[in-house]
Amino acid sequence: MAAMTETMTINMGPQHPSTHGVLRLVLELDGENVVKATPHIGFLHRGVEKLSEYRTYHQVIPLTDRLDYLAPMSNNLGYVLAVEKLLGITDQIPERAKVIRVMLAELTRIKSHLVWLACHALDIGAMTVFIYCFREREHIMEMYEKISGARMTSNYFRVGGLSADLPAGFEKEVREFIDAMPGHIETYEGLLTGNKIWQKRIVGVGVISGEDALDIGITGGSLRGSGIDWDLRRDHPYSGYEDYDFKVPVDDGCDTWARYKVRLDEMRESCKIVRQALDKLKPGPILADVPKVCLPPKQDVVNTIEGLIHHFKIITEGFKPEAGEIYQSVEAPKGELGFYLVSDGSARPYRMKIRPPSFLNLQALPQMVEGRLIADVVAVIGTLDIVLGDIDR
Amino acid sequence: MTDQAAVEKLKAKFPGSVLEVKEFRGELTLTVKAEDIVAICTFCKKELGYTMLADLAGLDLSAMGVAGPRFQVVYNIYNIKAKQRLRLKAPVEERGPRIDTVSGVWGSANWLERECWDLMGISFNNHPDLRRILMPDDWVGHPLRKDYPVQGPDREPYQGRQI
Amino acid sequence: MGVDQPLGSNFVTTSLDKLVNWSRSRSLWPMTFGLACCAIEMMATGAARFDLDRFGVLFRASPRQADLIVIAGTVTKKMLPVIQTVYEQMPEPRYVIAMGACACSGGVFDTYSTVQGIDEALPVDVYIPGCPPRPEGLLYGLLKLQEKIMKERNTFGAAIGLGEVVREV
Repeated sequence: MAAMTETMTINMGPQHPSTHGVLRLVLELDGENVVKATPHIGFLHRGVEKLSEYRTYHQVIPLTDRLDYLAPMSNNLGYVLAVEKLLGITDQIPERAKVIRVMLAELTRIKSHLVWLACHALDIGAMTVFIYCFREREHIMEMYEKISGARMTSNYFRVGGLSADLPAGFEKEVREFIDAMPGHIETYEGLLTGNKIWQKRIVGVGVISGEDALDIGITGGSLRGSGIDWDLRRDHPYSGYEDYDFKVPVDDGCDTWARYKVRLDEMRESCKIVRQALDKLKPGPILADVPKVCLPPKQDVVNTIEGLIHHFKIITEGFKPEAGEIYQSVEAPKGELGFYLVSDGSARPYRMKIRPPSFLNLQALPQMVEGRLIADVVAVIGTLDIVLGDIDR
Repeated sequence: MTDQAAVEKLKAKFPGSVLEVKEFRGELTLTVKAEDIVAICTFCKKELGYTMLADLAGLDLSAMGVAGPRFQVVYNIYNIKAKQRLRLKAPVEERGPRIDTVSGVWGSANWLERECWDLMGISFNNHPDLRRILMPDDWVGHPLRKDYPVQGPDREPYQGRQI
Repeated sequence: MGVDQPLGSNFVTTSLDKLVNWSRSRSLWPMTFGLACCAIEMMATGAARFDLDRFGVLFRASPRQADLIVIAGTVTKKMLPVIQTVYEQMPEPRYVIAMGACACSGGVFDTYSTVQGIDEALPVDVYIPGCPPRPEGLLYGLLKLQEKIMKERNTFGAAIGLGEVVREV
């Protein structure tokens, strides 16, 4: 007698501990096999793109913090680079500001990857890794707090440079952290890499070929885990990345295991970049000398009439880039984060389109889980490293 | 192949379709006819090597004070081998804005076009699954249009000071 | 105390109330329900350094097992019905903490898609300001909620079906 089969539709999310936020998946199941997966997003759509049209260019920076809230500095960096390109002042950014930006962007990458590893492991059942990763993450949060006053939403970069210089003793703290971090990564690897359960859950799961990945717009670690050697830091260097010596980890395994290896290696490379940045760090100005864009130092505001006028103009009116449009992208921890800015010559962006990496990465989810077991869905969500603030904006 | 060479090839292949070529801050923007967008995109992907659609955006020009159609669909495409970017723009008329889908050319266009429809109200012909993506299914209006109030139509607009 | 409290406010009842309040406030089980940035701080609060477990706070994945919902993040109009459903699925007594500027008032997102404060839909017990609040802020909010629970009256009576819980306003 032939068995009667009937598919069952179940709903996963938006309230689900392993969907990394408010993602909703509608899964059509044949027994334990996923026949069809339909992601529903938009549960965190906050209207950042619309809101930014009503803010001056500087006022948009805090909004970018809250896009991919696991990597606020990378978002800040992408946005300020885009505005600098729009203004045409990219080559006037002082060296110290560029080095600090790179250093913080890489610390942010480590921080974001720590949350990825923590949640990915937690979803699959490894609680200890979660606790360890968050322990290290706290150090980076403390550094964030020292430089910007906030643990997460830093709002530290400015168009033309930085909002403030590094506090005293900061470099030593970073160096201590960077010295200890590779050992911590070894610890995570010791807990996971040789672990049979971990291997069974992720080897050969969520396979996507490099060609498909490109077609669907996957970027970042997920793309490099599919054997495509592409990294914006190396291929379109920004903020002085061309002066740093680092490898781009690539793995052609195309599965969750490959992406896991790639991201762990990325953390190690980030440590190297931060160390190089620390060595490059020389005293100097942190804001470009563009009086119409960058706020003057406080002593100039109170002592000189030009300083006072510039301060007043920037605070009350903002600056006005000439009409035009640019696209600037950075290698955020999750992939290519792009800002498409259109200016009409006023002090506010006419249109800001964000190219969120997670949005396009998530698009691959149906392809990666269909035909697989339902338990793999959780592993695939973890490996795509999605953040809903980034997807929904 | 440099950007310029790609533009020349496009011009030679589609003589009547490339309406304008603009360069700003080292980025090339091509305005092309909306009717030929699928043919142009296919040519860009197959012949010119632009294998990746990095981004797709809808643009509402009604507050810009320029003549011409109200909407534009902007395609930021990328050639991963030559590491070149190119931007294509297709003007779309205000009344019943529609354009052909390029989701058959690049898979990534699927969701990006859905987002464009959802937030900007530009419809895409032959799209496999044109539903709202970010807003709820029963939402009325397209929020990113310039005539849509930022706080929504059902709220009193903010009266305070704005800079 | 009146007819609403048949057990009256005698010695035994007040003790039992205290016992119930004490056990409720020291075993607050929140929903695992993260919305946005604040959820990451909530996770950090639950991790090793701040360690929510020492306050008897254990995250539960099902609303049926939870008595506290921490609205940690921006509530959008698309998400609001889901939150309301989850809240309705929680058994009484249930408490709501609005964590962060977005949950309290909409925060910086004064836009078409954002609910301007979860108190438009749910009865909020404790508001925690900040964008996002520090983990210490969340801990302080939880302690405030514990204080608030300790002040409830007739909780034992309500638990055995006699009258209603009297809360201070």
